[in-house]
Amino acid sequence: MPGEPHLARQIALIAGRSVSRTFRQPELIIPVILFPLILLAVNAAGLSSVTQLPGFPTDRYINFAIVVCFIQGALFASITAGTELASDIQKGFLDRLALTPARRWAVLVGATFGGTSVAIVGTVIYLAIGLIFGVTISTGIPGAVLLVALSIYVALAFAGIGSWLAVRTGSPAAVQGMFPLIFVLFFLSTMNLPAEFIEKDWFRTIAQINPISFLIDGMRSLIITGWDLGELLPCIGVATAMIVLFYGLAARAMRQRVQRT
Amino acid sequence: MSGSTAQVARAVLRRTTIHTYKNPAIIVPALAFPLVFLVAFAGGLSAVSSVPGFDFAAGYTAFQFVFVFLQMSAFGGIFSGYRLAEDFESGFARRLMVAAPQRLGLIIGYTLAGLVRFALIGVILWVLALATGMQVLGGVLDVLGIVALGALVSAACALWSIGLALRYRTVDIGSFMQTPIFVLLFIAPVYVPLVLLSGWIHSAASINPFTLLLDAARGFITGEPVKVIAAFAAALGILALMWVWATSQLRRAERAVG
Repeated sequence: MPGEPHLARQIALIAGRSVSRTFRQPELIIPVILFPLILLAVNAAGLSSVTQLPGFPTDRYINFAIVVCFIQGALFASITAGTELASDIQKGFLDRLALTPARRWAVLVGATFGGTSVAIVGTVIYLAIGLIFGVTISTGIPGAVLLVALSIYVALAFAGIGSWLAVRTGSPAAVQGMFPLIFVLFFLSTMNLPAEFIEKDWFRTIAQINPISFLIDGMRSLIITGWDLGELLPCIGVATAMIVLFYGLAARAMRQRVQRT
Repeated sequence: MSGSTAQVARAVLRRTTIHTYKNPAIIVPALAFPLVFLVAFAGGLSAVSSVPGFDFAAGYTAFQFVFVFLQMSAFGGIFSGYRLAEDFESGFARRLMVAAPQRLGLIIGYTLAGLVRFALIGVILWVLALATGMQVLGGVLDVLGIVALGALVSAACALWSIGLALRYRTVDIGSFMQTPIFVLLFIAPVYVPLVLLSGWIHSAASINPFTLLLDAARGFITGEPVKVIAAFAAALGILALMWVWATSQLRRAERAVG
């Protein structure tokens, strides 16, 4: 289309607005960053004795638990992203945007970038605090860099869920109401113990097929095991599948919404 | 309690109960979260019972159930304050304050509504836990002891959140109602007994009054009560403190609302 800005420019413009809007509201950011840290402090201290179990993969529970922060941060950030987008829909901003040449993908990725950027800030803070409290990354600096990159990629994937729910429902309250369901998946994963240490068969089976476990185990392998493609590739695969699936669903829902309005 | 205080309390209780009955979805998160925690902790962490030094006769499910039950009691109570804050935002609570001859009835009514919710969700939680094989080695009196501790926790948390609702009169204060309670609950022997904790969490849990309640309730479920008098004294002390807090905030709200 003549005069249409490049896709990257479109994303950057919408993302810029989303980021400045999100960071103007500290009440949206502080809990996202603080809550995973509180849980990390409590779980790392409260569950430190499980490292005494024979065969536990690390002798410091904080090495095992730190990754949960990244995923939790991504999940909370996606709630922020979804809520912000739904609020844009409710106020008619998306309808006005639909009158411009902006592409649907640009709108979706850009509008959720405020939430994703909170996850990016959170990731850096979690990692820094983890290192201060003695987390050792077995893959060294390259592993730490990949860990941050993976964390951002996972945050983008979760933001896809947020944007799909936002476009589908158009209601911030409905987006927030759906997230306890994702929380359930989070708790039924390998977040607290490795799969082989989960004694209840039904729980272990659910944890082993739960996509969240693939994300956690892949990122955790960089800290505890070392370079393990058997853990890393499924993690990247699940995050990619989430991005394709949920942004695809969101784009479709947005096309339907734009046609309706 | 004077006649008019009881009348106001009954009216608030009736209205809140009818609202919950007409909107059963309100109960869902209050029930779903304790269930998720019970499943995640008792199911996913059962290997913790193999940690050297862990010795709890009723098993790990019962160990975690007690925590989840008290946690449910606390959050069931907090919801009362949230309802009052919503009523302030809708203008109902202001009209009620103007109309009520004895405004103390407001505090009592919302607290009782929290206790009704606690009883409802508590029964469901007990039935589900027992149906899925949780062991209770204590007798009926022991179970009543756990329920009584839960009721005291629920009432104290209701008064805490009601005080905040009266002070700020907006639902925006919701996260502040929950966060301190959440932190207090988790800085306790949640996953393992106090003796197996070390470092800062051992020091914090040792002075946390919730640890006393948790230990006493866990003693009841194994049929070997411990620290009973201290736990009830602590619970009643906190309840009295929260009553003073809520009534002082009522006076503040009276000055603001007129």
